[in-house]
Amino acid sequence: MTHDKPLGLAGTVAGLGIALGGVAFGAFLSQRRKGGDDDAPFYTRKSPDRDQAVLGRTVTIRKPRAELYAYWRDFDNLPRFMENVETIRTEGDHRVWVIKAPAGRTVEVKTEISEDVEGKRIAWRSVEGSDIATSGSVEFADAPGERGTRVSLVMSYEPPAGELGRAVAKLFQREPEVQARHDLKRFKGLMETGEIATSAHRKDNTRAAKQQEKQS
Amino acid sequence: MRALTWHGTHDVRVDTVDDPEIINSRDAIIEVTSTAICGSDLHLYDGVIPGVLPGDVLGHEFMGRVVETGSDSTLQKGQRVVVPFTISCGGCFHCQIQQFSACENSNPAEKQDMSAKLYGHSMAALFGYSHMTGGYSGGQAEYVRVPYSDVGPIVIPDHLDDDKVLFLSDILPTGWMAAENAEIQPDDTVAVWGCGPVGLFAIQSAIVMGASKVIAIDHYPNRLALAKKLGAEVIDFRKTNVREALMEMSGGIGVDAVIDAVGMESHGFAIDNMVDVVKQKVGMGADRASALKQAILAVRPGGRVSIPGVYGGMTDKFPLGALMEKGLQVRTGQTHVQRYTKDLLEKIEDGTLDTTFLISHRLPLEDAARGYECFRTEQDSWTKVVLKPGMEMAAAS
Repeated sequence: MTHDKPLGLAGTVAGLGIALGGVAFGAFLSQRRKGGDDDAPFYTRKSPDRDQAVLGRTVTIRKPRAELYAYWRDFDNLPRFMENVETIRTEGDHRVWVIKAPAGRTVEVKTEISEDVEGKRIAWRSVEGSDIATSGSVEFADAPGERGTRVSLVMSYEPPAGELGRAVAKLFQREPEVQARHDLKRFKGLMETGEIATSAHRKDNTRAAKQQEKQS
Repeated sequence: MRALTWHGTHDVRVDTVDDPEIINSRDAIIEVTSTAICGSDLHLYDGVIPGVLPGDVLGHEFMGRVVETGSDSTLQKGQRVVVPFTISCGGCFHCQIQQFSACENSNPAEKQDMSAKLYGHSMAALFGYSHMTGGYSGGQAEYVRVPYSDVGPIVIPDHLDDDKVLFLSDILPTGWMAAENAEIQPDDTVAVWGCGPVGLFAIQSAIVMGASKVIAIDHYPNRLALAKKLGAEVIDFRKTNVREALMEMSGGIGVDAVIDAVGMESHGFAIDNMVDVVKQKVGMGADRASALKQAILAVRPGGRVSIPGVYGGMTDKFPLGALMEKGLQVRTGQTHVQRYTKDLLEKIEDGTLDTTFLISHRLPLEDAARGYECFRTEQDSWTKVVLKPGMEMAAAS
């Protein structure tokens, strides 16, 4: 199930991460339990124990936990800092993410919220009818003193089958983590400064503008 | 607009490029009235800093007049401002604890990876200094887009000329922070390696902070003369055994604090082979690190080592044993410019600091390429070049 819209290549992932597949989510949970002997997050383990299809990243944001939770919980906000998410539309209880994929295509991921603890945690996963099985969660925890909030994003994903799947999979081996890192940094910047940093000289030179151009 | 752009090693040109425009609401556009060529610009000129692309506008020491403001800028059109070379958001953890040069947000997310890989953490953004530090267009231009204009630029009263305040953008705070990092006490003897602009301002700052003796080390006669004029004693390292002299001049104890204002930027930005490439390129041997190594051996046990000189890569044969066994303290880093601008402006206004002595040449922006060439090849007499976009070609001094 590919779609006609051209999509940018890489990237794709953060958005992907945002949706989840039930299977992947189960795998992710068991992975999580499969801890080592130390106190480090499971996703920082060295390979080969590490599941490459699960990634995690934490940033500290100098804003109150409730404010960050509320912003993320309004899924309409996410495309502002998630570069590969083209649009999100609501279909009943679900949200459909249109995500840029390799070779100028898009993939769609239909998600449901699997867990929602106000001010603390949001988890989501893809449901039937999605191009990619994916799941993710974001957790908000108070940082010490005046440092704000620690925001941790964990995502897992399974690429689609077929030709597109192979292309996506190839990409995902290296891209998801980069994308997640950049998206989280953009989220942090947006929350702390009210804007997304750009070194562009003119409006039509920003990344966002260039991407629009590519798509039209 | 006209702007000094990078095209390759030893190839910079004044070209016509697009005018900048407001993109984010905290931006302002500055019409540049004065902008300087920094010693560190020469490393871009020499082609030893990675991540510079043809067409990039250079320059990170600049000031000018506000001509346009975004809706959340606190500046007003017509105000004269000096702009810090470090771009800092004011809202992140590091900005809040005044470590502005470690700002976490100014370097766009997608440009942070290179420095994160090299240094373990990404660097803040700088104006006009490669895409590793953000890729922001620089100040050697008629106009500049200045992000976070509500926290960076400092407003200058009209009675202070550009020449008096321009160096608040970088080298004066850098020299001041170098002296501060040396934790100078009233009876101290302080040695400063390198009498370029930062070294000279560090000398000046150390004297203002009450050092009893400052010893300057260089080999350019004119630069040593400037140091002497500021009140330093001088050593010409070509003629004198520096360590022996420093021991004697500090009564056999060793100097209390040392400041390395030489640096060795060109020592690569990555891995060892990069270092070698660079060495070949600039024809420099490993002894360029000698200033810092010498400083570490010269400082007394329990003394302080301050490093304003810029280093980008790695070095070998570092006297780690001396550092540990003598119990030295080391402080270094890119300057937290915004931390110092207000106090230093007051010191300029009340006459405590006068930095105009440093300027050897004033050129029109159109003549910038010649400025680079001479600043590089005639270091003794070209101590500091200030470019003036509004100046007629015939009026250069």
